[in-house]
Amino acid sequence: MSISEPAARRSGFDGPLADALVGTRRFFTRGDVSDDKRTLSLEGGRGGDSFYRDRWSHDKVVRSTHGVNCTGSCSWKVYVKDGIITWEAQQTDYPSAGADRPDYEPRGCPRGAAFSWYTYSPTRIRYPYVRAVLVELFREAKKAHGGDPVLAWGSIVEDPVKADRYKKARGKGGLVRSTWDEVVEIVAAAHVWTTKVHGPDRIAGFSPIPAMSPVSYASGARFLELVGAPMLSFYDWYADLPNASPQMFGDQTDVPESGDWWDAAYLIMWGSNVPLTRTPDAHWMTEARYRGQKVIAVAPDYAENVKFADEWVTLGPGTDGALAMAMGHVILKEFFVDQQVPFFTDYNKQYTDLSNLVVLVPGPDGVLRPGKYLVAGDVEGGPKSDSENAMWKPAVFDARTGELAVLGGSIGDRFGDEGLGKWNLELGDVDPVLTLFGTHDDAVEVSLPRFDAADGKVAHEPRGVPVRRLGDRLVTTVLDLLLAQYGVARDGLPGAWPTGYDDPSVPATPAWQEELTGVPAAQVERLAREWAQNAIDTDGRGMILLGAGTNHWFHSDQIYRAILLLTTITGCQGRNGGGWAHYVGQEKIRPIMGFQHMAFALDWQRPPRHMNQTAYWYVHTSQYRYDTFSADDLDAGTGIFAGKSVMDLLSQSVRLGWTPSYPTFDRSSLDLADDAAAAGMEAPAYVAQELKEGRLRFAVEDPESGTNHPRILSLWRSNLLGSSAKGNEYFLRHLLGTDSAATAVEAGPEQRPTSVEWADKALDGKLDLLLTIDFRMTSSTIFSDVVLPAATWYEKHDLSTTDMHPFIHSFNPAINPPWQTKSDWETWKAIAKKFSELAVDHLGTRKDVIAKPLWHDTPEAMATVHGEVKDWRAGECEPVPGKTMPVIAVAERDYTQIYDKMTTIGPLLEKVGMLTKGVAYDVKREVEILRGRNGVRRGGVGDGQPKVETDIQMADAMLHLAGVSNGHLATQGFEFLEKRTGTRLADLASEHEGKQITFADTQVAPVPVITSPEWSGSESGGRRYAPFTINIERHKPFHTLTGRQQFYVDHDWFLGMGEALPVYRPPLNMTHLFGEAPVGELSDKHGQSLSVSVRYLTPHNKWSIHSEYQDNLFMLSLSRGGQSVWMSNVDADKVGIKDNDWIEMVNRNGVVAARAIVSHRMPEGTVYMHHAQDRLIDVPLTERDGKRGGIHNSLTRILLKPNHIVGGYAQLSYFFNYIGPIGNNRDEVTTIRKRTAKVEY
Amino acid sequence: MKVMAQMAMVMNLDKCIGCHTCSVTCKQAWTNRSGMEYVWFNNVETRPGLGYPRGYQDQEKWKGGWALNGRGRLTLRAGGRLNKLLNIFSNPKMPALSDYYEPWTYDYETLLSAPAQKNFPVARPHSLISGKPINIEWSANWDDDLGGSMEHATKDLMLKGIEDKVKFEFDQTFMFYLPRICEHCLNPSCAASCPSGAIYKREEDGIVLVDQDKCRGWRMCVTGCPYKKIYFNHKTGKAEKCTFCYPRIEVGIPTVCAETCVGRLRYIGLMLYDADAVLEAASVEDDHDLYEAQRSVFLDPFDPAVMREAERAGIPGDWVDAAQRSPVYALINTYKVALPLHPEYRTMPMVWYIPPLSPVVDVIKDTGHDAEDQDNLFAAIDTLRIPIEYLANLFTAGDPAPVDAVLRRLAAMRSYMRDINLGRDPQERIPAAVGMTEEEMYDMFRLLAIAKYEDRY
Repeated sequence: MSISEPAARRSGFDGPLADALVGTRRFFTRGDVSDDKRTLSLEGGRGGDSFYRDRWSHDKVVRSTHGVNCTGSCSWKVYVKDGIITWEAQQTDYPSAGADRPDYEPRGCPRGAAFSWYTYSPTRIRYPYVRAVLVELFREAKKAHGGDPVLAWGSIVEDPVKADRYKKARGKGGLVRSTWDEVVEIVAAAHVWTTKVHGPDRIAGFSPIPAMSPVSYASGARFLELVGAPMLSFYDWYADLPNASPQMFGDQTDVPESGDWWDAAYLIMWGSNVPLTRTPDAHWMTEARYRGQKVIAVAPDYAENVKFADEWVTLGPGTDGALAMAMGHVILKEFFVDQQVPFFTDYNKQYTDLSNLVVLVPGPDGVLRPGKYLVAGDVEGGPKSDSENAMWKPAVFDARTGELAVLGGSIGDRFGDEGLGKWNLELGDVDPVLTLFGTHDDAVEVSLPRFDAADGKVAHEPRGVPVRRLGDRLVTTVLDLLLAQYGVARDGLPGAWPTGYDDPSVPATPAWQEELTGVPAAQVERLAREWAQNAIDTDGRGMILLGAGTNHWFHSDQIYRAILLLTTITGCQGRNGGGWAHYVGQEKIRPIMGFQHMAFALDWQRPPRHMNQTAYWYVHTSQYRYDTFSADDLDAGTGIFAGKSVMDLLSQSVRLGWTPSYPTFDRSSLDLADDAAAAGMEAPAYVAQELKEGRLRFAVEDPESGTNHPRILSLWRSNLLGSSAKGNEYFLRHLLGTDSAATAVEAGPEQRPTSVEWADKALDGKLDLLLTIDFRMTSSTIFSDVVLPAATWYEKHDLSTTDMHPFIHSFNPAINPPWQTKSDWETWKAIAKKFSELAVDHLGTRKDVIAKPLWHDTPEAMATVHGEVKDWRAGECEPVPGKTMPVIAVAERDYTQIYDKMTTIGPLLEKVGMLTKGVAYDVKREVEILRGRNGVRRGGVGDGQPKVETDIQMADAMLHLAGVSNGHLATQGFEFLEKRTGTRLADLASEHEGKQITFADTQVAPVPVITSPEWSGSESGGRRYAPFTINIERHKPFHTLTGRQQFYVDHDWFLGMGEALPVYRPPLNMTHLFGEAPVGELSDKHGQSLSVSVRYLTPHNKWSIHSEYQDNLFMLSLSRGGQSVWMSNVDADKVGIKDNDWIEMVNRNGVVAARAIVSHRMPEGTVYMHHAQDRLIDVPLTERDGKRGGIHNSLTRILLKPNHIVGGYAQLSYFFNYIGPIGNNRDEVTTIRKRTAKVEY
Repeated sequence: MKVMAQMAMVMNLDKCIGCHTCSVTCKQAWTNRSGMEYVWFNNVETRPGLGYPRGYQDQEKWKGGWALNGRGRLTLRAGGRLNKLLNIFSNPKMPALSDYYEPWTYDYETLLSAPAQKNFPVARPHSLISGKPINIEWSANWDDDLGGSMEHATKDLMLKGIEDKVKFEFDQTFMFYLPRICEHCLNPSCAASCPSGAIYKREEDGIVLVDQDKCRGWRMCVTGCPYKKIYFNHKTGKAEKCTFCYPRIEVGIPTVCAETCVGRLRYIGLMLYDADAVLEAASVEDDHDLYEAQRSVFLDPFDPAVMREAERAGIPGDWVDAAQRSPVYALINTYKVALPLHPEYRTMPMVWYIPPLSPVVDVIKDTGHDAEDQDNLFAAIDTLRIPIEYLANLFTAGDPAPVDAVLRRLAAMRSYMRDINLGRDPQERIPAAVGMTEEEMYDMFRLLAIAKYEDRY
């Protein structure tokens, strides 16, 4: 049609009367009615607009951000009018990511945009509060004890009747307003009493994710570490730590910034719902598609990110490992066996352990199984057999000579004098043999485990590998074992093999996975081919985003290893646009070195007390007592754990120095120091002797004794009880002593641990004091004895960094802390000051015996040769501190000087320097600069040292003591590394050697960081950050045993569990293990209405960041206004549930009373309760027991996977938040039914 | 020719992640005050779904927008101005509060003030209208992400004509998001509905505003607007609506919703149009012609004749520059990838949308076919999960051809760029197949993908 032609019809309105009426507006208004009378235009004189102009006007705009536990790290503009915060909007002033790629502006999400609501909301905590019954007891007791608050506290908590009174009242209202003086006195007195009577390691602090506000994190952490109290970890506890990363890379986690998604040519979002959990980064994905990137979404539901994908791979929850293995099967067959691809073979020879030799050993049945790496020290007269650390240098065959060769770069070269200049990934003149096939002496059958049966029990497949004989040893390569494990047949090898891709009977064919995952085999074949071909075509620009969907499972390490195999064998790791991108709970405290040394007070004393939180609560909320695992559920039938429970394995791990444990001993660590002195012995020798003689025991060996549990827990920046507390109801019962909805029965006599005391009854109410510092009411504050009012993120100074972008930016106060609120820094200073005063009479100076596990990135990681476990308790070796048991160290603590130490940089930095990830730094020059920048303390214990009294001074100290923000240190660190590697590195930082990022810089605009040895990627020349690019491009080894990326793990426990190689392990079978109803079963046993048993997943919430914002009125208005559970219409129909019906979910761990959201985008058999919906918002009393409904974690419980507590062995050695048992929560099931009883509150 | 300038927006739905940041920042800035609790000048709807207020697209029911009468003349669907005046005191054709939602809050203070008691305290919801406890049953975003789909999404009027095709079964699921603000129409039916003459288009930029001094609260505009983007402030008794953030636009910064859009999918720009041609364009007979009719109203800012006329009309030179640089113009007229929302309402809306791509359906993946392969490229458009007909019902009055053309251009761009990304020779035949040159395609890629701040606004 063309409207320029004369219209047959004349356009106009529908009649003369209407025309006239419209036309009359001409006379009523000052504006112009259009000639055709449609519309009215107006110019000038707009008095009627003034309302919106007034509304928009504001006095100032302040840069700040949100210290919430997310990886956004978004810079915001906070608008202020008349001294009131009005609203916020995103900053758009990030430095450009480059002319030919998108930028980072704007960063933010709806949750952050709703933050200012909290400032003046009715849930804001404006004053200090204490539970009335406790404060009354305290006031009475203080009078009775001559005004001594410490004795007063002691008289309450040591009196069972009084203690019971306030503990049973926890959570049930009755908080009363107090004064800062009083609450600080109570808190400080409790800390002094507990330190004095029970020892400092009976105190603990929990504050997560420092990157989102390191100064606030450091406030309590610095105080507690100075006192000697452990800080609890978070990354492992949240189940976000992918243990596969330390296992394979020797690195906690290192991931690309979101700007690097742009560089990928093939992107798989695998259990990572990017729009929801990486909201400000999602645009990089949507935009990269326009650059021709192919995008795949792997998700069990039609998740938000599926909308953007080219394909939706719908798989059964928790079966991701099977899918990954089948893709691996196709890639290994088509690109490693059917043909050799130089891009892949070259990469694997240099950067992975595929060519490393493994010794085959007969199992108990006489059948061969994979054993240990062959190392230089194994072969008498072999290459480097006499060299230093020869037992730590794995061997390969050299294709050029046909003989054994030992490559540099292993952990054996990393430490000691001989390795200087040799710790690198150069191959020299060695050509490592990837497979022995064709040059083999023989071909033998090995027995390889499979766990794909419904009950998760092990079975074995006989598969052949080519071997060569070395004396009486049979050896093969990791690649040969991998091909066998993946069922990739080669002519002439013995054993049972799949007949083809369409053989569903054995791992790991596409047809096999189809039965487990539901994904069509043909699709898997094609995706695998596309993935590999893309890697070839683009030199490794294929990326897999991984998230909580794949990671929160009990066997997540195995899921990850199967997926990481795809990114690694195809040469995608260490590339811009390639490799793994683990996006759940990961963080990057970019100035990590400055942060660590300041937050853990390493400027005053070392080592710090660091604790894995999963194991901590497994023990101290007595959840171990409900474990009914048997040994063969754990050890793949090898018998390595025969007669042992998980608790036995944990206590063994503790006594061998693998994993930390606090409280450590059944004696106060202060008394222990006195006892050693009294015995005239050094503490290490004394402790070893006492342990051996059985006079001293680890606390974990008798957790219910009444003296071996924590007594004070402080939470800040944390909502433990509304969010991460797996087994929430066990926390309420055993830790707090209040109401609980758990009904699980304890383990029977034959299921109980044998090396740990079993009390007839577990303790209830172990904690004497729960302190929470927050600005809003949460499921943690309502249970707390003392609640302190915090300044919000718009009311303080701090720093913010993330791995999703390369900038450091700042928090700044838009207003001063209102009412009686204080920043965390000021609050902990006040507590520290009072503590120091009270310590004069009660503590003075004491010596403290610290048991520290064997650390990663230190020579302690070479404690366990070949990963062969020897237990001194069993008489297999002597207890030797730092070798076969924990390192025993002594710290002197002047408890009267805690405040001065907290607010001054201590002398250790100049005396012994700084150390991060094995790189040493001399920081005399930096401390001197800080003296000028921060000012100098006069008098006292910190005389002449730089001050860190204010939050800004602390921020500046962290920035100046880190390579990413101080080019001088970055360069120095690389120079240190160059000596060890013998390769060129320092040029990576030298372009910024003179650059020093200060806090003031971060107030102006987000500031890009400097390439530093603190991290593994290079950002030099403005590159986007991708992990391991320094390893790949500059041949710096990974921090593993082999120095390469390791597919194979040969520790005894891994071998015993059948997990030496990637293997598919299905979700735990809760029917088999704990008697829960099988998924899909209908029952009328749970109440008035029919229930159905479903898989219970707790993914991240669209309307909150964990528990933050889920109570925010804007978010509640945009969602369903309270706790909700998503379910399939198919399941809903089975039990008569309609959308928005009240439902009740019940399993052995607890009860949830929420509403249903019914949708066809959910798969049958699975419900989602988006996590961390507090029990505070519109949660009724449950139908089952008439008590307040629970949170998402009321239906979960802690389950420890044994190989996560392996330690003392190369990359499997401990470090804080680096490795450890995860608080997994994905394998659970529950019943769900419609509520029939009236809804009551 | 009467040259006028119009501030306009394009939203690229292919990039919308449904996060609702725009809604929250807009609400915080403009409507978090009493009388406006239920009001979201900017909202985001999950499609398929009912939208906000629920079922607003049902013009049989709400009578919004314009219709052509038997004589081919435009008439307000609600019955014209005469009818309006006759019904001025009782206007039944308006969504009730329950169609928006009854706003609520919680007794949060209980959490701190609860006395010692038997159970853990809880905050219960209370109506912000009545103050009484409330059972929450609807909101401005109740069916987000297909929540309650079997009861709500199934009633989406945009499924018209494809009821048999869309099954609401798990493996056929599709969804996308539709952010909405006031359309700032060239032919606003709200303005034409107002008996008080309180609604006007600003002369210089076409932003549609309600004069707060003049508004008498008749609420005819609420009925007249087919997008239901005029709201009644129950406290002041006046109509309020999206202002296109004119206090910001006037000083050269984008609207709140656009600048805070983390999907980076909103473009703002100036359009020159011929005001004399609007009525005729809005009156074309066939609904399917309305898209092209509206495009024909827009003037080419590079055309010397247009520039001359603009100068004569008093439009400043820098505004003509702005119209030339306008990303909105490029997306609507140069690359032809943006489409109007419900042109059949005949209001000549000025917030346009790039329709979304979506994953291919299982039929492709089961066969082991690669939908991204350029040889399969256009076949794949037909296998996308979002039915083209559904998009056509939103953007082209049901005509699938323009939607198909846009999706082909987007798909072709991806395919063309993949060769460049992989270091292969780019293929001229790909842009040619969708009527574009290589340069145009590359420029479109930069505008859609790289989308720098200064290029979006």
